[in-house]
Amino acid sequence: MVKYFSGADLLKTTWDQVCIAFWQRYPNPYSNHVLTEDIIFREVTPTNCLISRRLLTKFSRAPAWMERYLPKHMSSSAYIIEDSIVDPQKRTMTTMTWNITHARLMVTRCVDYRTNPDNSNWTELKREAWISSRVFGLSRAIQEFGLARFKTRVTKTMKGFEYVLAKMQGETPTKTLAETATERARETALAAKEKAKDLASQAQKKQYV
Amino acid sequence: MFYPYNTLQIWDTVGEACTELKREYDQCFNRWFAEKFLKGDRGEDPCSETFRKYQSCVQKAIKEKDIPVDGVEFMGPNKDKPES
Repeated sequence: MVKYFSGADLLKTTWDQVCIAFWQRYPNPYSNHVLTEDIIFREVTPTNCLISRRLLTKFSRAPAWMERYLPKHMSSSAYIIEDSIVDPQKRTMTTMTWNITHARLMVTRCVDYRTNPDNSNWTELKREAWISSRVFGLSRAIQEFGLARFKTRVTKTMKGFEYVLAKMQGETPTKTLAETATERARETALAAKEKAKDLASQAQKKQYV
Repeated sequence: MFYPYNTLQIWDTVGEACTELKREYDQCFNRWFAEKFLKGDRGEDPCSETFRKYQSCVQKAIKEKDIPVDGVEFMGPNKDKPES
């Protein structure tokens, strides 16, 4: 069972600048969940395309109800592979990202970057994602969770991209330290709330044993 | 003014010992990518030596941490793409 999602975005920057920023977008204030970033393969093909594989470690805590179905060691960080092809002749960049841990919930993303046909100073992004899970009976719930998380991440990715592009162009990025602090506090509060809910449900369960 | 490289921090690597090698390689790559590759300049790759050093460090870390990257096909899940 596979859930499919697609969408489009526009960056008001040239394709060249977007490609340059792509390799420099970590860290940014919207990428707190990215822990490490490495290039583990890179080659220029005979047709002059640059192919690369990036390995990312992301902090990825699944909700409590889902963690029960995932192996213990996999619950806190996830390894992600991001393959990409940059074709400077056609001026296209295609990226394919998927998780190699948490294999029971497989989230695959494909993004295509090309020059906007109406304005050559802008770049169009076409994104697709498909989510599949192999946990019997829970597939739908896990996919819904995966999709919801994917949508939040898309927003963060775009904000991160815009931040890096602004920084590269010597502008002061719009996100202030205060904003970052508020967001961090909100995330911490949310995590605490989830934890409390989890403890409460465990306590409740114990009562019935 | 557009600053294509060297203006941003370098992010952590999976191999703690590889940080310096990664920094050197990233700087070399970012310069080459912006100034040569995107402009169609197909000269010799100036980063091959820094890449080799960085790779020998990072590949060792991947083995030590048992990260399952072996045998993963390039653009792997593309073929499983559902019909939209």
